[in-house]
Parts: sequence; C-alpha cells; structure tokens
Amino acid sequence: MKRKSPVPQGTLALMVLKTLDVLGPQHGYGIARRIEQISGNLLALNQGTLYPVLLKLEQEGAIDSDWGASENNRRARFYRLTREGRKRLQAETRDWEHTAAMIGRFVDVKPEDLS
Amino acid sequence: MRSLRRLLTRMANSAARRAEEDRMREEIEEHLALLTAENIRAGLSPAEARRQALLKFGGVEATQEDYRAERRLLVIEHLVQDVRFGLRMLRKSPGFTGVAVVTLALAISANAVVFGLMDALVLRPLDVPEAETLWGTRYGIDTGFQSYPNYLDLRDRNRTFEGLAAFSFAFVGLDTGKHPSLASGFATTGNYFDVLRIEPHLGRFFHASDEHGPGSAPYLVLSHAYWHGRFQDDPGVVGRTVLLNKHPFTVIGVAPPGFRGTLLFVSPDFFMPIVNQGQVDGENALPARGTQAIFEVLGHLKPGVTPEQAVADVSAVGAYLEKTYPKEFGQKSFSLAQPGLTSFGGPVRAFMTGLMLLAGLILLAACANLGSLFAARAADRSREVALRLALGSSRARILQQLLTEAVLISLAGGAAGLLGSIAVMRRLSTWQPFPAAPIHVPVSLDAKTYAVAFVLAVVSGLLFGIVPVRQVLRANPYEVVKAGPSGRTGRRWTLRDALLVVQIAICAVLVTSSLVAVRGLVRSLHGDYGFEPGKAMLVSTNLAMAGYRADQVLPMQDRMIAAMETIPGVEKAGLVNSYPPLVYGAGTRVKAYKEDTADLRPSNVASVPYRYEVSPGYFQAAGTAVLAGRTFSAHDGAEAPAVAVINRTLAGQMFGSVAGSVARHYRLQDGTRVQVVGVVEDGKYRSLTEEQPPAMFLPARQSPSSKSWLVVRSTRDPQQLAGAIRSELRALDAGLPAAIDTWNNLLDVVLFPSRVATMALGVLGLMGAMLSITGVFGMAAYSVSKRLRELGIRLALGAQRRQVLSAALGRAVRLLALGSAAGLLLGVLASRVLAFVVYQATPRDPLVLAGVVLAMSLLGLLATWIPAQRALSVDPAMLMRDE
Repeated sequence: MKRKSPVPQGTLALMVLKTLDVLGPQHGYGIARRIEQISGNLLALNQGTLYPVLLKLEQEGAIDSDWGASENNRRARFYRLTREGRKRLQAETRDWEHTAAMIGRFVDVKPEDLS
Repeated sequence: MRSLRRLLTRMANSAARRAEEDRMREEIEEHLALLTAENIRAGLSPAEARRQALLKFGGVEATQEDYRAERRLLVIEHLVQDVRFGLRMLRKSPGFTGVAVVTLALAISANAVVFGLMDALVLRPLDVPEAETLWGTRYGIDTGFQSYPNYLDLRDRNRTFEGLAAFSFAFVGLDTGKHPSLASGFATTGNYFDVLRIEPHLGRFFHASDEHGPGSAPYLVLSHAYWHGRFQDDPGVVGRTVLLNKHPFTVIGVAPPGFRGTLLFVSPDFFMPIVNQGQVDGENALPARGTQAIFEVLGHLKPGVTPEQAVADVSAVGAYLEKTYPKEFGQKSFSLAQPGLTSFGGPVRAFMTGLMLLAGLILLAACANLGSLFAARAADRSREVALRLALGSSRARILQQLLTEAVLISLAGGAAGLLGSIAVMRRLSTWQPFPAAPIHVPVSLDAKTYAVAFVLAVVSGLLFGIVPVRQVLRANPYEVVKAGPSGRTGRRWTLRDALLVVQIAICAVLVTSSLVAVRGLVRSLHGDYGFEPGKAMLVSTNLAMAGYRADQVLPMQDRMIAAMETIPGVEKAGLVNSYPPLVYGAGTRVKAYKEDTADLRPSNVASVPYRYEVSPGYFQAAGTAVLAGRTFSAHDGAEAPAVAVINRTLAGQMFGSVAGSVARHYRLQDGTRVQVVGVVEDGKYRSLTEEQPPAMFLPARQSPSSKSWLVVRSTRDPQQLAGAIRSELRALDAGLPAAIDTWNNLLDVVLFPSRVATMALGVLGLMGAMLSITGVFGMAAYSVSKRLRELGIRLALGAQRRQVLSAALGRAVRLLALGSAAGLLLGVLASRVLAFVVYQATPRDPLVLAGVVLAMSLLGLLATWIPAQRALSVDPAMLMRDE
C-alpha cells in the first residue's frame, strides 16, 4: 500500500491559493479533489480540515466567496482568489522556494563541503 | 494589518452567529453529497459510499468546532457561555444567590462608606491650592489654642514658613437692615487669604495692609454658600454695609464656591479681620498673652523646607517664648499638624483607622462566609463537575466557569453595596448633627470610592471563588460517577469548618465591641455629671451683640434672671459666663496656687481647675449639690472680698478635706487671694471621659462678661418653656439674639463621639450577627441535606430525636461555640481600644460578657432552627423510596 504523508503545517493555505490561482473559482470539494490530484494522491487530507483554512483566508481577505451552482445543480459556495490573495500567493511561493532550496542544500550537504 | 482585520471580523462574528452557522452546515452537506456521488460512480453501494465519504471528510463535529473556533474569538465565546450558564445556575438556586449577594452587599457598602469617610476626613487635604505644603502649628498635646501675641511672635520669628495666618471663631448677630440673625464665621488675620493663595469669587479680600490696630478693618467677606443662601447670589452685595452686633461692617467680597474655611467639619458663614473681633465681642482678648484667642495657626512651608526642619524652627520660637514669658507661657511643645483637623486630627484618625479595621473584618467575615458557601456548593456539584470532566472538559475550563459564577455574584453584591453606600453617604453629607452650629461632614462619593468598591468586590469574589479550586482539581470523575456524590464525608476537619470558625470569631468580636460601646453609652447617659441636665433649659446670649456697654451688662443680666423666674413653672434661674459645663466641649482650665506660694512659676502650680463664673442662683438651677459652706449671694460683688466655691476634688488637692476647706484661702493665676466659701460635688466639665477634674466657681459679679448662658430649671415641658423664655427676652430687648435649647440637647455635642462610635459599632455588630447567622445556617443546612439519608435510616431504626439532632447539627454547634469563645476573647482585648472613645467602656463587665454569650447562642439557635426542623421531619419511607 502507498504511504500517504500528512499535510505539512501551514502549507494547506498555500495549496489552496495555488489551486485557485491555476484553476479559477472552485467550491470546497473541488479544491480538495484538486489538491489530492496535484499531490498525486500522496497526501492524507482530511477534507474537512479545508474549511477552517478557507474561512481564515476569507477573513484575511485573500479569497472571496459566493453562492453558485455545482455540477449536480445544487447550491455550492465558490471561492476565488482576490488581488490581495494573488500577492500573498506570490510572496508565499517565494518564501517556500527559499525554504525548499535551503532545506535542499542541507540535505545534500557532504562532509567535504564543510571542511 | 491582516491579523487586526481578522480580529475585528471575529469579534463581529462573535456577536452575530446564526447565518454563518447555516452556511457552514450547507457547505459541509454539499461536500459530502459530492463525495458520495463520486463514490457511487466508482461502484460502491449508496450506504457504503456515504460511509467512505464521511471517513474521507474526517470528523464532521470536530470540523465544525474548528470552523467555529476559527470564525470567532474563543475567549469571548467561553466567557459569554460561562456567564449565561452561571446566570442560569444562580437563578436555579435563588436562596444561595440571595444570601451571597446580600452578604457581600453588606460588606462592600460598609467598606465603601468607611472608605468614603476616611477619604473625606483624613486622606483628602483641604480644598486649597498646593495643600501638600500647608501645615498647621500645634501647641501642646492636641490643641490648637494659643494667644494672639504668641501667634505674632511665631509669625515674625520663624524662618521656615512663607507666611503664617491664624483664625478664631466669631459668633455674631448679623443685621442686614431687616431682622438680625445669628451667624458664625472665622475671625482671621489680615494675611489669611494671601497665605492660603485664594482668589475672591467677587469683589476683593482683606489683606495684611488693611490692619492698623484694633477695630481698624471693618470689612466682611462672605462665604459662597452664605452669599447664596442669605443674599440670593446678589452681586450688588459688595460695598453694602451690614451690622455685626450693631457695628457697621462693609461687605468687600465673596469667597470662591469650593472654599469653606480651613476646618474640615465647619463651614463658616463669613470671614472678618481678627483685629476687629474685640469691637464685635465687646471685650478685647487679643493683647493678653495667657489667653487662647487663636484657634489655629497655619501656613505654607517655604520651598525645600521639610516638616522636620519646620518643627525644629517652631520649637525654637517656643523655647524663646517660654524663657521670655515664664508666667503666661506653659511648658508645651510646638509641632506641626495636618491643617483642618488640628485639634482633633489624632482622635479622628484613630477612630477612622479603627473603623476601617472593623469594616475590613466584616469583609473578611463575608469572604469566609461565602467561601464556605461556595465550597459546599462545589461539593454538591461534584457530580456535575465529574460528568463534565468525563465528557472531556478541561479542568481549567471548569475552574473558569466556577470563578465566573463567583465574580458574577461579587459584581452583583458590589453593585448593591455601592447603591446602599450612596444612600448612606447622601444622608451623611446633608446631616447636621447640631442645628445651632455650622458643622457638617464633608463626604461625597467620587470615582476613588467607586474604584475601591469595585476592586474590593472583584478581589473578594476571586478570594472566595478559589476556595473550591482544590476540590475540583482533585475530583476523580471515575470515582464520583461510580460512587455518587455522598462518597466522602469522613474527613474530620475541612477547610470549610476552619472558615466558619474564623468567620464566627470575627463576628463575635464585632458583637462584643458593639455591646461594650452600647453599654458605655447607656452608662454615660445616666452618668453623674455633677449637675442635672434634665428639665433644664439653656439660653445663650451675648449682650455685646445688642450693643450693651460693659457697665450695662450686670444690670441687664440681673433683669434677665429675674424675668426668667417670673415664668410660671420655673423653679430657679441662674447664669454662667462663657459656656456651661459639657456644652460644646468648651471649658477653660486655669492655674491655681496654694496660699503660701509666692513665686507663681509653672512648677509651683498646685492644681489646674476648670474656671466658671456663675450667678448666686446657678448651683440651684443647675442642680449641683452643695457639700459644705454656702454658695454666692448678691453681696459677693465687685467691692466685696474675692470668694470662690470649689469642687470636692479641688478641695482635696488644695486642703486635703472637704470640711477643712471652707474659709481657707488659695491663689489664682494672677496671684489674687480668694477665700473658699463653699464646696460642691464633683462633675464632668469638658468631656465625659475625663476623670474627676478639679473645678472652681467664682462670682460672675466679680468678673462680668457680656457672653453668658442662662440656666432655667422648671417643671414644665421644654417646648412651651422655650416660647415663654423667648417672649420674656423680647419684652426686655427685642434686638437681642438668643439661642434656646435644652441642656440635654447640648450635651449631644459632648456625647457625639461616643454616640457616633456606638452607632458605627452597633451597625457593624449587627452586620456581624447577620453574617454569622447566614454562615451557621449555610453550614447546618448543608450538613443536614448531605446526611438526610443517613438520618432517615437512623430514624427508621428507632433513633431518638435528640440523637438525630446531635448527629445532624452537632458539628455546626461545636464550631459555633469554638468560634464564639475565640471571638469573645479577642473582643475583650479589642475593647481596650474602645475605652478612648466610649465613656466607661470596659469589656470586663459581666453584663457584656453574658450579653455576648446570650447573643451568640441566640444567633446559633436562630441559624440552626430551620435545618433542625428539616432533620426532624425526615420521613424515612419517602427517602428510601427516592433512592
């Protein structure tokens, strides 16, 4: 069986923002599906945990939401990225790349590099 | 920025909740529906598809909780929850809530009132600019009295004060052209307002430059209140001429509204230059160095001068005066005092401190009381607590809930207490203890008092709220739920018991001291004063007010005495110069020497008796018994030899015995040789707490004074008599103002301190009694309800009523007895302090001891009555069915 890793702390918000940036307005279920899809089904996401994150982002003004119709024609809440959210996504992406690069260097370090 | 926006949104969300909740539910439902649909498409059965969807989603409830937590502020949320729940719980037990709130309200209001008084009388300086550097000088132990020449020397020779002002009292008939009325004010030195740095509200003040010797400054400054009341705020009053005791004075200004003189208890109607006081009073006491013409001397210290330096400086002046005027200037030391309270600062401060302590005790007792109530309540709720713990609530959360309840109660109690204290303070500030004197208690509730009450309420709430904390922390949900709430009753000595004993002890202290005070007051009311105040009227007149010259005084006074004696029902009328004994706490003590003393130095003084000048009829009118010899007659006039009547104590000090003193001689302060013609009984002269002081009476004819009091003894009702006296006086001289009152009423002034002390202690004692009732009641009721089942079984098995009672209430009664004994002991010790204020306050009075024991047992009986009834009326059959 494939080992699924838990969602790293604080990265869910980034995933949400990126998903909305790439795919445009989505409802909660859609976002959850996409995140799982993009991660290659390697993430163990309790889909419910998404909602508090969505709420937090909305309260912070990074996303906005409206009622709309879902695929099976029911009322669903659609989330979309705001201007502020886009800025935040860029900033966080940069941060994440920095962190990733740094961690990468640590992982790759060999004894001769430090002498 | 981001987090601020979030905070605001969440706070708003905490207020409005419904719509959001629906949205969340709908979203989650939709999410689950989509998931299920997908699972069905993947080939699962609908039921399994739904199950898998739920698993995938995670705990719905947990998500909702997270969502809610994210959306609103949890702290506020919990607080609101706790408050709502707390209110519900308190509503469910109105008895408990009522007792707790009333208990706390009593304690808080007692403390707020006492603090308000303390603030007004001790903490708050006089309402003058830069009051912190303003000091009064004190001469002797605790009196501000000194003479005008001494004041002048002090003013000119000190090097530490910027300026020194002085004042004394002036009681005058003030005539604006219509009808004369009595007014009282300050006779001040010319620099008074300048020293105090006060600016006039209207017109101008008088200054040192206006003084050019006696009678040179006929100016009058009105107090704002008097200007408002008597002149209806008429600005045209400045420049007008009014008559003070028939002498014209020009009104030159009005003092600012906040300025009420420099004595806390007294609000003067007017201010006049002291150099004109002699003119108004008809006799000039200012030049004499041996008098006490000045009431208080005060001034601002120079910048950088410490009070210690000032004391040294002033004492140096005192040493100089003592050396220069050994005859007039006694061996008294100068010191500094808080202005406004100069002569009674010490007693007032001591009294207020004592009161503060007692009020603090009340609060402590209330806290102990509430602590045991809360502990009992927490024990009753141990099942609820256990259940909540078992369901996953944190202990911190439960404690927060309990504390919220405590604080709710304390806030309610604090609010009620504050309302009560506001009512009391309103009464106090409009209270005029003596109609004739301009005395008032300057209390007002301000923010400081509110803050103190609030802090006290919250602190005491937390204090008794944390009592049950240990219980909660140690609660083991498993045990409690399994065994039921009555699992542990075996503990011998609980915190609750200790609290109850402490509380009862405190209450017993209060009850003891209030009984001591009441008994002292009763005794002083029936004490032996050396005269009979009952059925005697006092008439105060000042012939100088009506413009009599010195040589007209005696004949007029004779006419007044004769007129009094023509009133039907009057047995005898007499006259005494200055003040009669025990009126306004006045009384002059003078030095007396033995006959053979040639050198009249302070060290040779044989006695310092009170000095009274009286008419022949005085002793009979006052009801003073003559022990030996005779009293005065009409022949003891100016040309006759100097004679005196002395009291028993003075006879003992001068001559050794009563019988041996008649016809003997002694010397007065100025060396005059007087012959003793009679001896009268001892009495009280200035205060009730003094011990058998010596006194001498000289014939008023030999030293006449325009200021005198008539003593009228009759068999008639005082009210009717007052009318008759007034009309007789009017017939003699319609322009003579007179104050008429019963001697007993005037005694109130002397009794005032002990009366106030008794009242305060009585109220506190009553509070203590109420607290101990609620405390014992709570404890007894609780222990009965706890053991109801056990009692029922005992009854069913044939136990006697007595046995049941002792089982149910034995502990409460034992604790009561223990606490009372401790309190009684402490109370006896504490009552020694009372002896300073209350006449004959002795705790070693069998009646008081018996009273305390009786009171405490009655309280115990009262408090255990209902629980005892409940214990006895247990129906075993019913109880058994219940379980």
